[in-house]
Amino acid sequence: MPQVTYIEPDGHRVTLGVEIGTSVMRGAMDAGVSGIEALCGGNCACATCHCYVDGAWLEQLPPPAVDERLMLENVAAERRSTSRLSCQLTVTAALDGLIVQFPDRQS
Amino acid sequence: MGSQAPIVIVGAGQAGVQIAESLRQQGYDGGLLLVGEEPHPPYQRPPLSKKWLTEPGASQALSLRGPEALSRRRIELRLDTRVLAIDRAGSRLQLAGGEELRYGQLALATGARPRTLSLPGAQLEGVLALRTIGDSLRIGAAIRRCAAEQRPLVVIGGGFIGLEVAAGARKLGAEVTVLEGLPRLMSRVAAPIVSEAFERVHRAHGVNLVLGAQVAELVGHEGRVQAVRCADGREFPAGAVVVGIGVAADDALAAAAGLACERGIVVDECARSSDPAIVAAGDCSARRLADGRLLRLESVHNAVEQGQSAAAALMGHERPFRSTPWFWSDQYDVKLQMVGLSHGFDQVVTRGDLERPAFSAFYFRAGRLLAVDSLSRVQDHMKSKRLLDAGLSPTPAQAADANFDLQSVLQQARPATADGA
Ligand SMILES: Cc1cc2nc3c(=O)[nH]c(=O)nc-3n(C[C@H](O)[C@H](O)[C@H](O)COP(=O)(O)OP(=O)(O)OC[C@H]3O[C@@H](n4cnc5c(N)ncnc54)[C@H](O)[C@@H]3O)c2cc1C
Ligand code: FES
Repeated sequence: MPQVTYIEPDGHRVTLGVEIGTSVMRGAMDAGVSGIEALCGGNCACATCHCYVDGAWLEQLPPPAVDERLMLENVAAERRSTSRLSCQLTVTAALDGLIVQFPDRQS
Repeated sequence: MGSQAPIVIVGAGQAGVQIAESLRQQGYDGGLLLVGEEPHPPYQRPPLSKKWLTEPGASQALSLRGPEALSRRRIELRLDTRVLAIDRAGSRLQLAGGEELRYGQLALATGARPRTLSLPGAQLEGVLALRTIGDSLRIGAAIRRCAAEQRPLVVIGGGFIGLEVAAGARKLGAEVTVLEGLPRLMSRVAAPIVSEAFERVHRAHGVNLVLGAQVAELVGHEGRVQAVRCADGREFPAGAVVVGIGVAADDALAAAAGLACERGIVVDECARSSDPAIVAAGDCSARRLADGRLLRLESVHNAVEQGQSAAAALMGHERPFRSTPWFWSDQYDVKLQMVGLSHGFDQVVTRGDLERPAFSAFYFRAGRLLAVDSLSRVQDHMKSKRLLDAGLSPTPAQAADANFDLQSVLQQARPATADGA
């Protein structure tokens, strides 16, 4: 199983195996990682699963679809060039080692 | 006896989990027990009528917080356990099976149950309602059977859940009839212009949409539903029937314990019930507003917001309901996002393309923005949410002008807010 490292808002790191085909959001929710709410359950409708993707990994990810891009325009925390919605990131074998950080607020 | 009795939360759903997590976030260090009647660890219901209905997977894919997440926060989870009664004088709960449970403080998050039809035939096999994982699996199977046998699925009720089920059933290839008693869809929450857009979308996807339908009877054969008959004599053949006529707050436990209930457990802005030592949050509650009205909301946002208030109240703090209510729904490729409460509006303006549909409806009262419904207009939704949370309003003319940047209202307000602070 690919390993994903989640950095909580206070800097605490949690590394987990997340199943291929599920989302980066799902792994964090199941394990109770702090800093994510994911209120819409992955529907790309709430933007409370916002994360910053570690720079080196950014280009490994498919670019955001239109809805994700528009949702990202108004996230509650600071919008950065590395901002993504973790529910829209599907875990693949190639993403083994992915590092994402959750912002200090989601809503 | 030495150790303190735990805080007990009845109902392990969206609100129950939020109360538990917020208590820990707010520094509560004592015992914390989440008691739920269902066999599954806490899960999210919204996908049950959306993606999960047509593509069911493992129930973990719905999980709100996994069991290890809860144990990491020292939240004890007791599933498959129904609370039968509250003994307020003795600070005890009576559980199904006879056991008693002592509580230090109590939170109620018992949710809601689907309303049932009180009509002949309502108990027939093949008449289904949607609230739980099991319900969603049963309805998914019934839809597939309808598709295979070329029998229509009849949906009674043109609200969110009924319409999402209709969309899912069309996707799975079943014929669908939707019977709505009122003259338009989603009439309780949406303006006519939004209802009409969804009517067009469902009809374009081949749904037989019948408005103003007074259902009189469900007709069966050998115990299975075969048709739905209306008061005017029209009869609609049915391979299965999904009843989506709303929910009733699950306040029986609270009412029996003498807490004030009125279509839900009555709570104040800080989620306190009529017994200030007992809090309630989510679908089971009815919130008393400053003007005396009771507001019932059934949404994830409401459960989370009230859950945070309830946790604060248990810690002895006042944390009133603060952020603007929001909601979403998926029907076919139309993404509906709603923010604010449109009740009492006197003007609606739209921005975008009504036909596609890809537009937002902005609801105003006396020129102030109350709410915005966005159909596949994600950008409007997110900006409107910001505006409403900040108590700001564009003018109706600005809202209707697709070239006007809503964000600029926020930006202009910023220096002013700083001055005022
Ligand atoms: C199909 C469907 C689709 C939805 N779609 C959306 C959507 O798109 N957006 C949105 O915002 N909202 C949606 N909702 C509404 C949202 O899911 C609810 O508002 C939310 O789940 C409310 O949370 P709750 O904790 O109050 O209640 P629930 O999630 O219902 O949890 C209450 C729990 O308490 C348990 N319980 C009750 N009585 C007892 C007892 N005596 N002892 C022990 N346990 C008990 C119940 O079994 C239940 O598990 C949808 C709901 C459904 C059913
Ligand atoms: S979980 Fe709602 S947008 Fe990702």
